[in-house]
Amino acid sequence: MSKKILITGNEAIAEGAIQAGCRFYAGYPITPQNELIGYMARRLPEVGGIFIQAEAELSAINMVFGAAAVGARAMTSSSSPGISLKQEGISYLAGAELPAVIVNVMRGGPGLGNIWPAQSDYFQATRSGGHGDYHSLVLAPASVQESCDIMQLAFDLADQYRIPAIVLIDGMLGQMMEPLHITTSPHHHITTKKPWVLTGCRGRKPNIVKSFFMQQGELEKLNLALQKKYKLIQQKEQRWEEAFLDEAKVVLVAYGTMARIAKAVIEQLRATGKKIGLIRPITLWPFPNKVFTKNLKPNTKYLVIEMSYGQMLEDVKLVVNGRCPVEFFGRSGGGVPTEEEIMRKVKSLL
Amino acid sequence: MKKIYSHPESLRNQVTHYCPGCGHGIAHRLIAEVVDELGIREKVIAVAPVGCAVIAYDYWDFDCSEAAHGRALAVATAIKRIRPQNVVFTYQGDGDLAAIGTNETIHAANRGENLTVIFINNAIYGMTGGQMAPTTLLGQKTATTPKGREAQVHGWPLKISEMLAQLAGVKYVERTSLYSPQEVLKTKRAIKQAFKNQIDGIGFSLVEVLSPCPTYWDMSPKEALDWIRDVMSKEFPLGKIK
Repeated sequence: MSKKILITGNEAIAEGAIQAGCRFYAGYPITPQNELIGYMARRLPEVGGIFIQAEAELSAINMVFGAAAVGARAMTSSSSPGISLKQEGISYLAGAELPAVIVNVMRGGPGLGNIWPAQSDYFQATRSGGHGDYHSLVLAPASVQESCDIMQLAFDLADQYRIPAIVLIDGMLGQMMEPLHITTSPHHHITTKKPWVLTGCRGRKPNIVKSFFMQQGELEKLNLALQKKYKLIQQKEQRWEEAFLDEAKVVLVAYGTMARIAKAVIEQLRATGKKIGLIRPITLWPFPNKVFTKNLKPNTKYLVIEMSYGQMLEDVKLVVNGRCPVEFFGRSGGGVPTEEEIMRKVKSLL
Repeated sequence: MKKIYSHPESLRNQVTHYCPGCGHGIAHRLIAEVVDELGIREKVIAVAPVGCAVIAYDYWDFDCSEAAHGRALAVATAIKRIRPQNVVFTYQGDGDLAAIGTNETIHAANRGENLTVIFINNAIYGMTGGQMAPTTLLGQKTATTPKGREAQVHGWPLKISEMLAQLAGVKYVERTSLYSPQEVLKTKRAIKQAFKNQIDGIGFSLVEVLSPCPTYWDMSPKEALDWIRDVMSKEFPLGKIK
């Protein structure tokens, strides 16, 4: 059974999390993600889950650490300045190999910035935002429907790989209302076994959840194991959407809200016979290198568009590695590139 | 012959990394004895701090979680909310509980989380080499107060137990010490009470233990115990606070 409702991206993420079996949420209010914490406060108790409004972002992420240590599907959410505060906790999650989901509804920065949409936390999300050699999985939906649906994937991959998963959207997607098809009889399957969780040591040796390794060599062993895991994730979990790549002279590369604007531009230009393609990364880490390496034609130009001054641009340049021209158009600090601005940039490349 | 004393099951048979005369070993053992006596070894989940006791989980023989510096009560809050059937406690030093983690401490207490907190106050940062703690006494020389702590520059020793006792969510606060065998027994009784309170659903319970750090007090182990009795317990009066 399913029904269709009109809902914001923030609320869709919350509902998607609950349908994916999330039963613990701790968070702190910050704009533009307040619909998410509000939805969780209302809905989680209805399904037997636990909601805590934490006294600080630090407390919220460390509550998620505790919840993950006892095996709950746990999540927190915030927006850019709050996510900066959570970085310590995310590093500890990575080091202790605990699964959890962190949602960042990005706003303008740096500093307190503003509450307008931005994509300027890409580096923070895809390069270990906290200390140490680690990665979080980073998923970037581009619609209200996808924001809901991607939560199942986020929790499943977090559990499977024992890794923090970040869902990265911008304030526009968080605030925007769109129709959402939701199933009214959610049947989440949590199949991952968690023999490492803390339950009290009845009938087994004590379990310890930790990221601290004092003896020389032990921490290096953990790091090597993490690197092996990251390599496997890079091989198996790249996800993207692509369109019209075969004949494209210019390929627009964009994620989230910018991918929607890119699609509108592509539709108009293709109507006039221009050969424009699209790559929309859905996983930002692992970055979908595979779609680029299979599409390195000598006459193709890539145009990366972002609500930042060129962060994903670096990943595109790394994979293209000088074999095709890579151009960029971006605005940040609350400025959203318009279709007309992008159109002008594309036309200058044709 | 009846056996009246033995190695606690909840304490691993392992040499600790603590300095000679340190109080952590005694406090670890008291907790292990209490856990055994209450029959809760298979139900306990401990949250260890950052500081000298960071690897407490290597000494206790039950489930343990690490927490980032100061965040033990946030971690413990989630653990207890999700698994109320377990007995959850934090073990934290003065820097962890009363400096970097003050926010987590006050708000977990104010929410009245049904948790047990063992707070080791040795008036110093031990792990990092003897710097000033929030509980360092006026006049006490440390690596960061080389001329002694001055109220006008460094503020006063923080009495966080008395502060917490003001909160409606806090049900039991007692300050004890380790300076003599009698005091050690009083500490054990207080720890047991704090665990029993959780089992009985009474609520947030904290035991502050004045504990010796001979290394960074620049004293012999015996002098350190006497200093607790003669000096430290004057600033931090012993007994039940709430």
